[in-house]
Amino acid sequence: MSSHCRIERLLGVLLLFAVAGCERERREYHAAPAGDNPRPALTEFQPGGSDTAVSAIGAHFEANAYHINQGGRWYRSFNCNGCHGNGGGAIGPALMDEQWRYGGNIDQIHASIIDGRPNGMPAWRQRLTDEQAWQLAAYVRALAGNVSMAAAPSRREAINATPPLNQLPPQPPRGGDPPTVPTP
Amino acid sequence: MSAVPKPLRCLALLAAVCTLLVLSGCRGVQSVLDPAADQAQAIDHVWWVMVSVCSVLYLAVLVALAWALLRARRRREALAEGTRHDPAWRQALVAWSILVVGLLTWFVVIAFLADQKLHAGHPDLEVRITAKQWWWQVEYLSDDPQQQFVTANELWLPRDRTARIELRSGDVIHSFWVPALTGKEDLIPGYTNALLVTPRRAGAYRGQCGEFCGLQHAHMALDVHVVDDAQFAAWQQRQRLPAPVPSTALAQHGQSVFMGSACLSCHAVRGTVAGSRLGPDLTHLASRRSLAAGALPMQREALDQWLRDPQHYKPGNLMPAVPLSERDRAALADYLMGLQ
Repeated sequence: MSSHCRIERLLGVLLLFAVAGCERERREYHAAPAGDNPRPALTEFQPGGSDTAVSAIGAHFEANAYHINQGGRWYRSFNCNGCHGNGGGAIGPALMDEQWRYGGNIDQIHASIIDGRPNGMPAWRQRLTDEQAWQLAAYVRALAGNVSMAAAPSRREAINATPPLNQLPPQPPRGGDPPTVPTP
Repeated sequence: MSAVPKPLRCLALLAAVCTLLVLSGCRGVQSVLDPAADQAQAIDHVWWVMVSVCSVLYLAVLVALAWALLRARRRREALAEGTRHDPAWRQALVAWSILVVGLLTWFVVIAFLADQKLHAGHPDLEVRITAKQWWWQVEYLSDDPQQQFVTANELWLPRDRTARIELRSGDVIHSFWVPALTGKEDLIPGYTNALLVTPRRAGAYRGQCGEFCGLQHAHMALDVHVVDDAQFAAWQQRQRLPAPVPSTALAQHGQSVFMGSACLSCHAVRGTVAGSRLGPDLTHLASRRSLAAGALPMQREALDQWLRDPQHYKPGNLMPAVPLSERDRAALADYLMGLQ
């Protein structure tokens, strides 16, 4: 077999992989989840419940880049960062660590958003559509780095106030200290 | 006439029809060539000067080229290069170059003067327009907070008054463009632009986002109404009022549906508990000419369809379909149509 033929096969396989990646980008505008939402039961010993199986709806939402991005949009729009910061937590608990009072899988996070939780988390039932709550839950999962690398967006939607710090033009103070970095 | 071959005649007819169709686009609510404001007039002037001068020169070049080709066919010997040293030709070429440079300089001067005109004038009122994906938030500013109000997708301007329009963006780069009134100006996130508009002719005009801003860029229109002072004052007076209280039982039910569902998470209806600034202000929704930034006409039927599934008419927009029963949605549509 010639190397030429092998390269063609390799390209074919690569193309198949690329096509499989399209699902990640699918923009589902009619994503009203069908059927009943999972309601993970709370137990006394472990408020989040102990089962970690994820519903089909949840798995679907956290595998899609569009839903995660929309979730990020709602996160800022509905002022989640008022309490949770940009994931680091402030008045409310941090969302980008590994500790979860009421469970950290997407079903449990969705239930926390919809039902609210003691000590401050409001119930968003009727204030958000179910679709928005799922998108938010998917984003919160992404904040802790728990979604597939293929679905997580590689850049932020928000505007950066400045260029990256290592790309800023040097502005040495006039008449003050000499610049610490010698100008090239 | 029979000397002209038939395909050529068909082609000429087609060209004539196409030209007529194209020219018919020069009139109307969204035309640069039908200026209704000082600023558009200044731009229109530059445009006409440039088009007429360039057309004449273009024709002159084509005629000269045709003449040269015909002559060359008759005089084969002239094809030998660099054979001519006629001083008359050299003078003609120098004159032509001077003419071209002179005309270009004239263009620069009139464009500069037009630009001066665009930025001259003292504003009588201030409006702030914030473009969002995919609608326009329009705020009428005033030193007196009681005189300020917010509306959406509709800009009213008094005739013969200069308005300063402050331009901002809520998300990505958009461009404000009302062709009949003025040129384009970008709305850039984190940056404030401004332009002046002095409308001179009353009427309804159409604005359109002029910079691709996402999937529904084409469905991002702005209705502009130029009216006289008295009408403008009356409109402002009405817009400042809180939303009317629903009168019928169905509309009252609609209000409770609005206040009890996801609607109030994004929309404001002044005079009620709904006060979010995320989506368009709906206080006087039914007084506007269109729905969803020009995507649908302001009719009860269209509103009902829009509420049923906003993603059907503008896929990708930020309004989710809120699941409501038929009765609740009808009531909600009644309530919203009452927000005059």
